[in-house]
This record gives sequence, structure tokens and C-alpha cells, in this order.
Amino acid sequence: MSEQRESLVHVRGLKKSYGDFEAVRGIDLDVFRGEAFGFLGPNGAGKSSTMRMIGAVSPTSGGTLRILGMDPATEGPSIRARLGVCPQDDTLDTELSVRENLTIYGRYFGLSRAECGKRADELLEFVALTEKAKVKVEELSGGMKRRLTIARSLVSKPDLLLLDEPTTGLDPQARHLLWDKLFRLKQAGVTLIITTHYMDEAEQLCDRLVVMDGGLIAAEGSPAELIRDYSTREVTELRFGPEVMLSDHDALAGKVADLAERIEVLPDRLLLYTDDGEHAVAAVHERGLEPAAVLVRRSTLEDVFLRLTGRTLVD
Amino acid sequence: MALALENGRRQFDYWVTVYKRTWKGTLISSFLLPLLYLAAMGIGLGSFVDSTGTGELGGVSYLQFIAPGLLAATGLQIAVGEATYPVMSGLKWQKFFHSMIATPLRPADVVFGQLAFIAFRVTSTCAVFLVVIAAFGGLGSPLGVLALPVALLVGMAAAGPVAAYAAKLDNDAGFAMIFRFGVVPAFLFSGAFFPVSQLPNWIEWLAYVSPLWHGVELSRDLSLGTVEPWLALVNVGYLLAWFLIGSWLAVRAFTRRLIG
Repeated sequence: MSEQRESLVHVRGLKKSYGDFEAVRGIDLDVFRGEAFGFLGPNGAGKSSTMRMIGAVSPTSGGTLRILGMDPATEGPSIRARLGVCPQDDTLDTELSVRENLTIYGRYFGLSRAECGKRADELLEFVALTEKAKVKVEELSGGMKRRLTIARSLVSKPDLLLLDEPTTGLDPQARHLLWDKLFRLKQAGVTLIITTHYMDEAEQLCDRLVVMDGGLIAAEGSPAELIRDYSTREVTELRFGPEVMLSDHDALAGKVADLAERIEVLPDRLLLYTDDGEHAVAAVHERGLEPAAVLVRRSTLEDVFLRLTGRTLVD
Repeated sequence: MALALENGRRQFDYWVTVYKRTWKGTLISSFLLPLLYLAAMGIGLGSFVDSTGTGELGGVSYLQFIAPGLLAATGLQIAVGEATYPVMSGLKWQKFFHSMIATPLRPADVVFGQLAFIAFRVTSTCAVFLVVIAAFGGLGSPLGVLALPVALLVGMAAAGPVAAYAAKLDNDAGFAMIFRFGVVPAFLFSGAFFPVSQLPNWIEWLAYVSPLWHGVELSRDLSLGTVEPWLALVNVGYLLAWFLIGSWLAVRAFTRRLIG
């Protein structure tokens, strides 16, 4: 099956350096037609550098990169003609009107004025901004600007849409509206590549994803595969109340260590990674421990992410 | 080359839209100001200068002496204005140049579009200004219409290097330097208002380095009909060199900034 799938982005040993700093240190991956592919990782993991290389904007420092079967070093403009890019910053011209931002952008792709106008009206409808068509961009809210940027990235009817942190900084309503739009695009057959550090976004949107850390790929798979491979089915969270100190947590963890595949000690709670959370809770009580609060939940991508990239803040 | 022109054409609508939005605002700064200079210096100060004899100026009226230089200086000012804040906005503040290079356009195309727009702004404003000068009797010879391409050349000679400089800056504080130590001294000391031979020797030599001086000289020689072909060639060549090297520097600076 996978042999028959068409690889739109083919990456082997890809590297990117800025002076002495290696932002991407040799990664391999393929993105196939029709899928939604995610890059997860903390800030500085190399996601955006990778996206800029895939966008045929930033030159590679080493390795192989083929986008839509072409080499970005020699065929950059032809590749970019078939890509849609929604950058992390909106990069809209805020003094132009909403509609002008779309029509003018279409012209950069060599589309006729009539075609640009037609597509602009369709896209404004699609992202629910028709009523704002004549408004200057500077008057839009953050969510509206984001939707406009996504609409702009679709003007060229791209084969491949690159979205760099599409919902960062948006309120929940705006995020869900955007997810809905992206889901519809995916259903329409557009191949999506998304970077995000929101795990729920990755679980919602991505068929397959890689977790990047320190310029390398730490793990690859579908959200379900990653949870299976890097976490347990369930997580039991034990809270012992404010009077129990972190040092006591270590002692408590010792008493229940054998009840879980893995235990994580946090300042306010213990996490027991186990395939049967309720069973672990019963065993904890049998040992005479009295946690103030107990929560059994399914493992999420967030557990995978924190396990792979650590809890230490990277700035 | 064909690709560069095609990619330039694709940016046409963008610049037309920008111009429609800003032309009223630029009317005052780019046109009214030189007009005031022309009235105050050319006619006000001019009547005073003319009454004491204009031998040092070559025997022409003071208005005719300064008008062509003022036109060249206007070209310079418009070009510098359009090569500073708009460049910083596109690269750094609003970043719409970054959105352009996510399309088939390349950094060099973006520079080309910006320079083409500057050329249009300089030409259109200076053309109107030239008509006003002619109406005031400021042109000494029909060849004076050639002062318009000279003003354009001066503008482009400045636009390239200034755009390159703007592309390297991280904030607009550096623009004050350009205006204070570049545009204003050039405006005052490049021979637009008095012959640079009146200046102390070392400043006189500084004036010769300034592209504006070459523009002012050429513009005035044409306007007064006193053009010396070989000297004109030196002036044109010097301005072209600034334009070509400056544009090359601008492409390099934009490329570094845009594709990292």
C-alpha cells in the first residue's frame, strides 16, 4: 500500500545551519498525497526551519529534499507555484483591504485579474469574511487575520498547504472554526503539513506526525501509534493534598513504583502510566495510601510529547 | 530577463493599489515642499540675488540657477523616502515581502518591483514639478525637459544603496541618520543653491562624491543649454554606477533578510 502512495515531500538526511548553529541535524521523512502531516516539538526544535525549506524559500544545508518531485535549489519558483503557505506571522498588508490582500496575492502567481477576483470571493465565503471584504486588514481581529492568511494561502489552489502554527494566539472559538476549515480542505484532497505545539490540534488534524526535538526526529507515527509506542493506554493521577511535600512524593512514588510501567513525580501529583488505571487505583488503596484526589484518564499525545521532549523549559 | 519582467508585471497591481492609497498623502511632502522652496528661494531670495549681479552663477537668473538643482534634489528625496520606511515595513514590520517570496517571486523580483515603483514615483512627481518650473520661467533652454530623466537617475542612484541599507537595519532609528547626515547635507551642499566652488576645499570635494552634485550639475547644464558632452557622460556614468552597484547590494541584502 505505502509503495503506491505518491510522496509529495521526500526528505533524507536534511540539515539546516545558521552559522555555527545547527537548527536541523539530519531528518528523514515522507509526506504522501492527501494526508495531514504534523510537526510537533518545543520552540527551537527545528520545525519552522524545516517548514521554510519545504516551502522552497530557505536553502538546505545538507541532505536531499524533493518537493512535488522537484529540487528546490533549481526549481524554487515552479515548486512555490504549487504550494500554499500560511506563515506563523500573518504577513498581511494591513493597509490594504481584505479582498485586495487576496486578489493581489493571486497576481503573484500569474493569475488573471478576473480569476483572482473570482477566487477571492469564493475564499472569502469559505473563511466567512465576505462581509469584511472591503475593510482594511488592520481592523480585523486576530482570528479573522488568521482566516484571511489561510484564505490567501489557498488562492493558487495549491497541491500542498503548509501551515506554521495556524492557531497560536487564537481564542477557542476561533481555533475550532479554523480546525473545521482545515478539515474540510483535507476532505477536499489538499495535502496538509502543519506545525504546532498544541497536542489537541495535532490529534484533531494529523493522520501522521513526527515529534522533533533538538533538530532531530524523536518519534514518528499516527497519534494512536505514538501513544501506544511511547505511553500506556491509561494514566492514573494521584494528588495527595498541599501538606504533602515534594520530598514525600518521592517516598510515595517508591511505595507504588511496581504498580505502573512508569511513574512521574510532579510537584503537585504522581502520574502512574499503566494499561489499567482503575486497577492501579485499587492497588494504591490496598497499600493503605489515601490520595486526596484520583483521576484515571486515557493517555494523550501530550504524555508522549512530554516523555520525548522532557518537562524542562527550552527557551 | 523575460522572467524578471514577467515577475515585475505580476507585482503591478500591488503597487497600483499602494499608490492609490497613498498618493494624496505624498502630494504634500513630495511636491508642495519643493514648490515652497522654489517660491521662497527662487523668487524671494532670487530677486535679491539678481539685483546684486549673478556673475558667479554664470549670468542667469537665480530662479533659473536653482530650479534644475531643486528638481534633482526632489528626485533624491522621494527616492530615499520610498526606499526607507516602505522597505522596513515589507521586511520587518508587516513582513509582506516575506509573503511575496512564498509565491513564485524571488527576492530579486521584490527588489525590482520596489525600484520600479520608486522610479514611477520620482518620474511622476518630478514631471509635474518640471511643468511648474517651466511656468515660472525657470527653464533657460528647451533641453531643460531632459532634467526629468536626470532627476530619475539621481533618484535611482540613491534608491538602490538606501534600500540595501534599510534591509540591513533592525529598526528605523537608522533612517534619521540617512536624512540628517545624507539627504539634508546633500540637499544643502550639492550645488543646488550656490556653486560648490564657494565652499572650503574639502567640503567641495565631498560634494563631488555626492551623486546629487552630479545630478544637479547635469540638470542645470541641460536646463541652461550649457551642456558639455564629456562632462555629461561622466555625470551619467557616475550616477549609473551608483544605481547598478546599489541595486546589486539591495538584492543581496533582501536575499539575506528574506531567505536566511
